[in-house]
Amino acid sequence: MKPDDPRVRWIDEPELGPLGRVYVPLATEGLATTLRHLFGRKKTVQSPEERYVSPAPLIYRGVHRLNRDSQGRVKCVACFLCATACPAHCIDIVAAESPWPDRDKYPESFTIDELRCIYCGMCEEACPVDAIELTSLYDLSGKSREEMIFDKEKLLAVYDMTKDAEPMRTAGVPEPRRKEDGP
Amino acid sequence: MFLLETLIKTALVIAGLMTAAAYLVLLERWMAAWIQDRLGPNRVGIPLTRIRLFGLGQPLADGVKFFFKEEFTPSHVDKLLYFLGPAVMFTAAVAIFAVVPFGSVLPSEFGLEGMSRPIELVVAPGVDVAVLYVFAAGSIAVYGALLSGWASNNKYSMYGGLRGAAQLISYELPLGLGLVGVVLASGSLRLDVIIAQQAQSGAWNVALQPLGFLVFFVAGFAESGRLPFDLPETEQELVGGYHTEYSGVKLLLILVSEFLHMIVASFLIVILFFGGWHLWGVTGSGQEVTWPIALARVVVLLGKVLLTILFFMLARWSWPRFRFDQLMALAWKVILPLGMVNLVVLVVWVEYGAKMAAALGISNIAAMAAFGWGVFAASAAVVVWLVPGEPDNRPRRGPAWQLGPTDEEETPQ
Repeated sequence: MKPDDPRVRWIDEPELGPLGRVYVPLATEGLATTLRHLFGRKKTVQSPEERYVSPAPLIYRGVHRLNRDSQGRVKCVACFLCATACPAHCIDIVAAESPWPDRDKYPESFTIDELRCIYCGMCEEACPVDAIELTSLYDLSGKSREEMIFDKEKLLAVYDMTKDAEPMRTAGVPEPRRKEDGP
Repeated sequence: MFLLETLIKTALVIAGLMTAAAYLVLLERWMAAWIQDRLGPNRVGIPLTRIRLFGLGQPLADGVKFFFKEEFTPSHVDKLLYFLGPAVMFTAAVAIFAVVPFGSVLPSEFGLEGMSRPIELVVAPGVDVAVLYVFAAGSIAVYGALLSGWASNNKYSMYGGLRGAAQLISYELPLGLGLVGVVLASGSLRLDVIIAQQAQSGAWNVALQPLGFLVFFVAGFAESGRLPFDLPETEQELVGGYHTEYSGVKLLLILVSEFLHMIVASFLIVILFFGGWHLWGVTGSGQEVTWPIALARVVVLLGKVLLTILFFMLARWSWPRFRFDQLMALAWKVILPLGMVNLVVLVVWVEYGAKMAAALGISNIAAMAAFGWGVFAASAAVVVWLVPGEPDNRPRRGPAWQLGPTDEEETPQ
């Protein structure tokens, strides 16, 4: 669309007052803003002495965890939706036949390369059983690349570590009854 | 004895300036942080201990860092000019302080053999052309910017140097015009005489010549190359401007010179328009001083300079940068004519002012203040009347937008 297209709506800037023509109102406004902030409360967190605590941990996108169901088993059903959704291709799942009667598959191995991950949260969005979630842990570090590839045990351990502070998003929602459970 | 005195004062001024520049960098970073709701540098304290001292060790750490950094000279530069640029800038910036007083005088009873006269707190006392000297040395800053910009052999540096040259030369004129008013009113080019005169009458020049102050203040901001006039080194457009290709100690020299320019501008603003070391009821006004008064004068002068510098730093985060055409328009279309008006008005005042005041039966000072503020209000009204009411910042509609030649501008056959 060109600038002289009739569909372009031109919005005129407001007329400047007599003082506005010599920068007075905007200059004082600018000085007032900086002065207010100069003496205002500071936002800096003195890390590492203080720790930043996310005001909304449930929507923070930090390190992943694999949730457990009420019986302590991994919730994941190895449907590969998260691995498919992942734009960074950092999730690797090996599926196997489930040893439990209420599902067909379970992940024999489930690894996430935390260095490759871009923390977009799409895996969380994709998961149909709320098995994978992003926690509010943000200061992840390791001494080697291998150490930063999280396997199933490590991801379950993250769940055990964070489940009290950050309950599962579906906590309190009863798990669906399945046909093998009987009436 | 005279040589010794000068040497001591030189050492004092240079040491003081270097320390001041280092700590002003810290202050600048603090101000930047506080205005952005951050805490700023607060970790570095005494080396090898855990004592933090609110980050007061930061300048030392910065200096050490600068000296240990690789001093890289790109292969494509003009070696001689590349080295000359920072050297010229720094030398000129430091040389200015030879005539800038940092206090009044010390009492004559100094207790030294053969030291009967009072010691003036300026490196080169009694220079009759002090103001001219300040401007001459200040103008050499243009060479620094231009030389480093050209020698770097880099488009961004070149643009920075060109902008710097154009800006500094443009604003030198109104700077001079703002100053001439003060010189005319006091009848001397000596900075100490200008201060003494303001102290004696008790009326600072800012109250007598508001128009001259405005012109000088805006031009002083532009001369020191600070926001909103930091066009020579806009990070967003020119990487670093004329010092893009510099590193290590040479970069340090350039940065320190820029701070020195800000300090000079603050000193001049305070000395010419805010009474220098004078403060009513605290510092007295005569040439005969006792020790407490002499110290009070130093403190008052430096305090005023610090306040001016704080304003410089506050303004940096308050106002957006001018566009280059706006900068030039401001210099040539607004500030320069205002400076001319100020000059003419001051000439008229010096010639007829005293007679008019006597005829009206009011004191000279009151008449001059009334006259000055009247002229200020009138000029402000004229400026408001002449400046267009609509900000014209957006691209124009119509043929100018169309690509290729339009009807108006036919390509010649």
